[in-house]
Amino acid sequence: MIYSAGFNAEHASIFNIGQEYGKQFMFIGICAVLSVLVLNVEGNFYIQSAWGIYAVTLFMLILVLVIGTEINGAKAWIKMGNFSLQPSEFSKMGTSLALARFIALSKVEFRRFETRLKALAIVGAPAALIVLQPDPGTLLVFVAFILAMYREGLSGNILIFGLGSVVLGVISVLLAFSTFDYPFLGENSGIYILYVIIALIVILLFAFIRVFVLPRYRKRTIVQALVWSVLAIGFVASVDFVMQSDKVLKPHHKDRIQIMLGLIEDPQGKGYNMDKSKMAIGSGGFSGKGYLEGPLTKYNYVPEQSTDFIFTVIGEEWGFLGCVTVLLLFFGLILRIIFIAERQRSRFTRIYAYCVASILFMHLTINVGMVMGLAPVIGIPLPFFSYGGSSLMGFTLLIFILLRLDAERMSVFR
Amino acid sequence: MDFGNRKYILIFMIVSVLVIFVIRLFYMQARDESWKDRAIRITEKAVVLKPPRGLVYDRNGELLIANQAVYDLMVIPSDIESLDTVSFCNLVSITPEDFIQRMAAIRKAGGSWKAHEFMGQIKPSDYARISEHLHEFSGFFGQPSTMRRYPEGVAPLFCGMVGKVSQKDLDSDEYYDPRDYIGLGGIELAYESELRGTKGIRYFFRDHKGVTMEVAEGRLDSSAIAGEDLYSTLDIDLQEYGELLMQNKKGCIIALEPATGEILAFVSAPGYDPNLLVGRERGANYQKLVQDSLKPLYNRGVQGLYRPGSIWKMVQSLVALQNGFVQPSTRIACNRSIIGCHGPHSYDDLTGAIQHSCNPYFREVMKRMVEQRKLSNRFEDAAQGLDSWRNNIMAFGFGSDLGTDIPGTKTGQVPGKTYYDKIYGESRWAYSTIYSIAIGEGELLITPLQMANLAAIIANRGWYIPPHMVRKIGNSGSKLPEYLEKRETGVDAEHFQVVIDAMQRVVEVDGGTARRARIPGIEVCGKTGTVQNGDLPDHSVFIAFAPKNDPKIAVAVYVEYAGSGGSWAAPINSLMIEKYLNDSISDPKKEERILTASFLEH
Ligand SMILES: [Zn+2]
Repeated sequence: MIYSAGFNAEHASIFNIGQEYGKQFMFIGICAVLSVLVLNVEGNFYIQSAWGIYAVTLFMLILVLVIGTEINGAKAWIKMGNFSLQPSEFSKMGTSLALARFIALSKVEFRRFETRLKALAIVGAPAALIVLQPDPGTLLVFVAFILAMYREGLSGNILIFGLGSVVLGVISVLLAFSTFDYPFLGENSGIYILYVIIALIVILLFAFIRVFVLPRYRKRTIVQALVWSVLAIGFVASVDFVMQSDKVLKPHHKDRIQIMLGLIEDPQGKGYNMDKSKMAIGSGGFSGKGYLEGPLTKYNYVPEQSTDFIFTVIGEEWGFLGCVTVLLLFFGLILRIIFIAERQRSRFTRIYAYCVASILFMHLTINVGMVMGLAPVIGIPLPFFSYGGSSLMGFTLLIFILLRLDAERMSVFR
Repeated sequence: MDFGNRKYILIFMIVSVLVIFVIRLFYMQARDESWKDRAIRITEKAVVLKPPRGLVYDRNGELLIANQAVYDLMVIPSDIESLDTVSFCNLVSITPEDFIQRMAAIRKAGGSWKAHEFMGQIKPSDYARISEHLHEFSGFFGQPSTMRRYPEGVAPLFCGMVGKVSQKDLDSDEYYDPRDYIGLGGIELAYESELRGTKGIRYFFRDHKGVTMEVAEGRLDSSAIAGEDLYSTLDIDLQEYGELLMQNKKGCIIALEPATGEILAFVSAPGYDPNLLVGRERGANYQKLVQDSLKPLYNRGVQGLYRPGSIWKMVQSLVALQNGFVQPSTRIACNRSIIGCHGPHSYDDLTGAIQHSCNPYFREVMKRMVEQRKLSNRFEDAAQGLDSWRNNIMAFGFGSDLGTDIPGTKTGQVPGKTYYDKIYGESRWAYSTIYSIAIGEGELLITPLQMANLAAIIANRGWYIPPHMVRKIGNSGSKLPEYLEKRETGVDAEHFQVVIDAMQRVVEVDGGTARRARIPGIEVCGKTGTVQNGDLPDHSVFIAFAPKNDPKIAVAVYVEYAGSGGSWAAPINSLMIEKYLNDSISDPKKEERILTASFLEH
């Protein structure tokens, strides 16, 4: 039922897109057929063929690197006549199925390191192929699988680790692009200050351990502290390396990160997208300018407004009320999926549902965060809203497979 | 191990993100208004609607300055595609160098998606030919506009002209934008704020490339309001006639209506056709006029400073009468040992002295005014006397602001104590040093407009209204309030009779100097002036008004290097009066003599 609401909203926004509307309408038709098909296949099929589907999506990811067409600097599309297929959109589904099957059916406790490593490999393989495209947006989505694995027992440290990485990463980027006048050393990158601070924290930590921690736990704590320190320094160093070299991230990605962090003020140049996007949303006001009445989106001020920046159309035309409605629908959908997940007896379905919820959550967070200027500009579609057949089909498959599995929850017991 | 509780942590994370998003949205959309302002600034474009400039009529309702439809050739540089420069240059009749220059200027102005003026004010006849092929050149288009037209081609300096605004105008008045035209002289400048009208504004949306889209709904538009039409004081027929009489001569004719101060004719010769200074050839024609040795752009009427000569004797008479230094009956011997004189007379009264233009008489009158013997020091006495005389003179509008609406007016020069102290040093000069100003020579300088105004003052018997160009602003308006108030000269009306009688005798008595100014059936009062120029021919001056008892017109004529006042300025003056009062000329020979005369050698 929440899902249908998503579809209604889809119609409203798609009218703004003009000539793309026809194509997208056709995709909706295909998806309708697809959903009927998906619902009529036995749930067991998905479980049995999880590895097969995963393999097909992996193969497509390899194929795209060979015969793919490069658009906007990423080799992410396979051209088929008038249409382009984006394998990464389907790999999310393939990976979800495979991960669910692996964790659910492995007799081994998930806490075992070896199991975790294998799970990581399942996620890592497609992620690595996506890095090669490169498509940082989709790559980030694969990070979402950590959430699903966390639910299944992955250490919470990973989450803390992730959160810590984000904080440390932001500080590193900030410092990496600023210079300081060091005593005796002169002008140099600000990153060294961070090393000094980390070193100081480590020293304080050891002092702290010596004083407060009981002797029999000391050894373990010191090892942990050492590992964390090395990881932190390694992380900072790698962030610095990534931001300084042009090999890992393309220059325009680095610029976007800097713009988001306020290091560059450039509303005409590289910050153009974000500036216009924020302006469109901000000028929408409380109740919006009305359907087709938003000049910023109507006259194409916001680039990629039918794809990644579709939320700006909602923002400008329907204002705060429209945005909150859409957000409530989305988050409602995510929470609904979690609710569905938790009522499953089948571990496979539960993990799969968590994967779906995590992917949706990641998409939503990055996409909406991006258009509001809370995240850097990373190409990632807003599920069901953004123009693009692959994305729409990918999400349709994700959700309808879940609905089919959910429908069988009474009959299946595993 | 069951990790079921972990779902709460995940739910908490998800809800936190939702809350952060909603707070951020609320802040952006419901609290921060600056996004809205910026969006409006970026997406909307205010198009200024330019009003047509007001028209100018003459005193009889004939069009003096009109508007004509023209086209501006505009260009949007970013819309130019594979331009065939050579055939385009041929189409608009310019050289490739000119094309490059114009495009460079446009590029310098910036905004390649904006419409720039490539070539302004193309006449419809030329534009018809251009527009036929204009579609072959993408990025170029025509835009209707208006330009000045002078149906009769008269009174160039009275009308003034319009030209592109200067940087100074742009800086000082935010009304203007760089494509605007502004009045640059005459009525166009003096009544710029009335003529220019009110600009309108219309808001359009523009897309991200800056291309104008539809009209923005619900924004407050205002339409352009045309400039006020002006009803000038000029009589086009009289003006045309004056310009005809002054052909092949340097000098000017200024005719006033004494009772109102309205300027009936304003001829500065040689003139030019004001239609030369509009449209595409304006620049080239303007350069030609600037370089013309006869200085057609020089407004002799208000900027030419001339010694008044004998007409000054009337001013002297009036000031002396008012202050009791002479009576009409006062006789003074024509002592030609100090200053020359002419004609057979030896002991005139005031009337005779004016009529015969007796120099020794007025040298003595001025002496009485300057050397009042109020102070024991003769230098201080002279200085005091001179300044008191000067104050009386300035009340006539000499050496002071006449209060006219003609731009660029000079005040002339009436020397006083300060002036002579500067030249000779304090207490180093006496009346004997400066007496030539007594007869309108020496350091005295006045403009022809002030001369005409003197004729009007005498016609009015003691007062004047500052000469002005516009009698009605707008169809239901009036003239400026300052042109409804009389300015008194401080000389009582009774003192004028003797001067006016003398002026009539100048024209009508057989021995008078201005017999050529006679008009059958009209009592003309006038005074000749013959201003010496050393070895060169004299300037010919004549001021007059008529009819004597109900003056309708006062005229000053100044013809440079023509000879005596009676032989040239007087007949020209009378022809103007006759034309105005009778609308016909009784003596074609007199007219013929003037039309064939030429005084351009000097
Ligand atoms: Zn004499």
